[in-house]
Amino acid sequence: MKPQHKKKERVRQRMKPQGLTAKRKKPGGGYFRKYAFLHLMVLPGLIYFLVFKYTPMYGLIIAFKNYRGAAGGLQGIFQADWVGLDNFITFFKSVYFTRVLRNTLLISFYRIIFMFPAPVLLALMINEIGNRHAKKTVQTITYMPYFLSWVVVAGLMNILLSPTSGPINAILEKIGLEPIYFMGDSRYFRSMLVISEIWKNIGYSSIVYLAAISTIDQEQFEAARVDGANRLQQIRYITLPAISGIVAVMLILSVGRILDDNFEQILNMYSPAVYEVSDVFETYIYRSGIVDGNFSYTAAVGLFKSFIALLLIWGTDRVTKKLGSDGLF
Amino acid sequence: MKKKGLNGDQVFKAANSVLLLVVCLIMLYPMFYVLGHSLMSDVERASNPLRLVPRALDLSGYRFVLFSGTSIGTAYKITILRTAAGTLFNVAVTALLAYPLSRKYYPGRKALTKIVVFTMWFSGGMIPTFLLIKTLKLTNNFWVYILPGLVNPFNLIILRNFFMQLPPSLEESAKLDGANDFVVFTRIVLPLSKASIATIALFYAVTHWNSWYDSMLYVGDKSLWSLQYVLKQIISSASVTNMATASTVLENIPPAETVKMATIVVSTIPILCVYPFLQKYFVKGVLVGSIKE
Repeated sequence: MKPQHKKKERVRQRMKPQGLTAKRKKPGGGYFRKYAFLHLMVLPGLIYFLVFKYTPMYGLIIAFKNYRGAAGGLQGIFQADWVGLDNFITFFKSVYFTRVLRNTLLISFYRIIFMFPAPVLLALMINEIGNRHAKKTVQTITYMPYFLSWVVVAGLMNILLSPTSGPINAILEKIGLEPIYFMGDSRYFRSMLVISEIWKNIGYSSIVYLAAISTIDQEQFEAARVDGANRLQQIRYITLPAISGIVAVMLILSVGRILDDNFEQILNMYSPAVYEVSDVFETYIYRSGIVDGNFSYTAAVGLFKSFIALLLIWGTDRVTKKLGSDGLF
Repeated sequence: MKKKGLNGDQVFKAANSVLLLVVCLIMLYPMFYVLGHSLMSDVERASNPLRLVPRALDLSGYRFVLFSGTSIGTAYKITILRTAAGTLFNVAVTALLAYPLSRKYYPGRKALTKIVVFTMWFSGGMIPTFLLIKTLKLTNNFWVYILPGLVNPFNLIILRNFFMQLPPSLEESAKLDGANDFVVFTRIVLPLSKASIATIALFYAVTHWNSWYDSMLYVGDKSLWSLQYVLKQIISSASVTNMATASTVLENIPPAETVKMATIVVSTIPILCVYPFLQKYFVKGVLVGSIKE
């Protein structure tokens, strides 16, 4: 929004209450009383957001300070000395900067390329099922893994892919191949991240597309059938164009959020053997900040990450607006 | 090859069905594998790692997990408690905030929505939050499971969107009868929103049941650990050290693999049993939530 608009709106808002009070019997004080119950209802939630969401944002000033009191909480931040951008510079100069940035971008890129189209495809396939019960069963089964925690999914991956006792390697051995330590080999680890995420979230993510498909007018399909179009052609010329809008919106949303989503997954699946290819911002912040106590330094790393994330969101928002949609906000 | 079009569609349909069957098998296989192997003896598992159904039931894993004083029992209680109490607080505060945000005439609506939405895209991050939790003395405190995640912005928007869709006439007529906003909310809006409330309650409950991260970050006291975190400990520790050091009470300690799998089953079964019955609610929630404004 442009500043001029904002000004106008502010003026309008300032005028509104006056206009209202003029109509009422008791001028002044009545404005708050009129909405007293709504104000009270808002209060717990508002306090929550201010305390648990906005106070930490203020706490980010620690990134520009040299905070050392491992035992102290937020108070220690005020006593700490300002160090300017030292913490950021330390990060940029460390080996972790390129490692973490490369891994974050690469893993995000793989997730967009492989993870994003999968639920669209699944939705199209589920929609082709004629029998309603079969359809419902497939939906129930594919949504199910979404309800497992990453602890459980990582546990399942470790068990299934174990080089000594897992069934996957047992099959490899039967065909005469060497067993592969999928979870501990840096050549395979990123693929395991993508595969396990697809397994967990494909069904859940397909819900939106299935709903979009169900709103398509059935007459279109009938008309196409009369014209001799087969199922694939119907998907190509009717279904896909009809859901392209929602697909675009979901793509933009997932690009905007790409940096925060897979921290829990990686933290459960990785091990020192694959840090080199799996360390992302949050896992590094956890190890260096929470475990080793480098609070100021890792707050700076976190702020840098948030900055990149904001840039991504801002960029995708601009692109959507250019494309004619109404943006994210 | 007389009816070409029909034939092609039949092939397509068959291929689609086969593919979906494969997808379903891939979805189910890991769960059945772990269930089956948690009931097998070590010898049988080693003799054929591909086997799904145990020839002879071996319950030692479950006996160990459930009845030998492992931390699972306490963790179960903590998790049930946090899921129940946490969801209650979550839903109450979320609904209370969502209602004013859904009323077009409420003056603070726009500013408040901005305050909420901004937190969806930017946050202080792990370190400042960690220091805040320490300052508030929430470490090693049961409330750390409830307060820091009190309102999820996405769930809030879902509920607000639902409230916005309610016909305004009901509210107006109640107000003409002298009802205040709170009465309208509790007597009219909430009863009409049972399905949506159930939806966000389900989302919150699943989050509580599956959370482990807050135990790892904020709770050092083992008797306060949540179920998934204890599970994480078992999964990672069993592969490194022998479970015998963790518990010397039992003479016959089952192999680590069996314990792992039994724990996975025990901690997952409740949610998988409840989920199919609540499926329609959460499908609905996903859809309401994906509609913006």
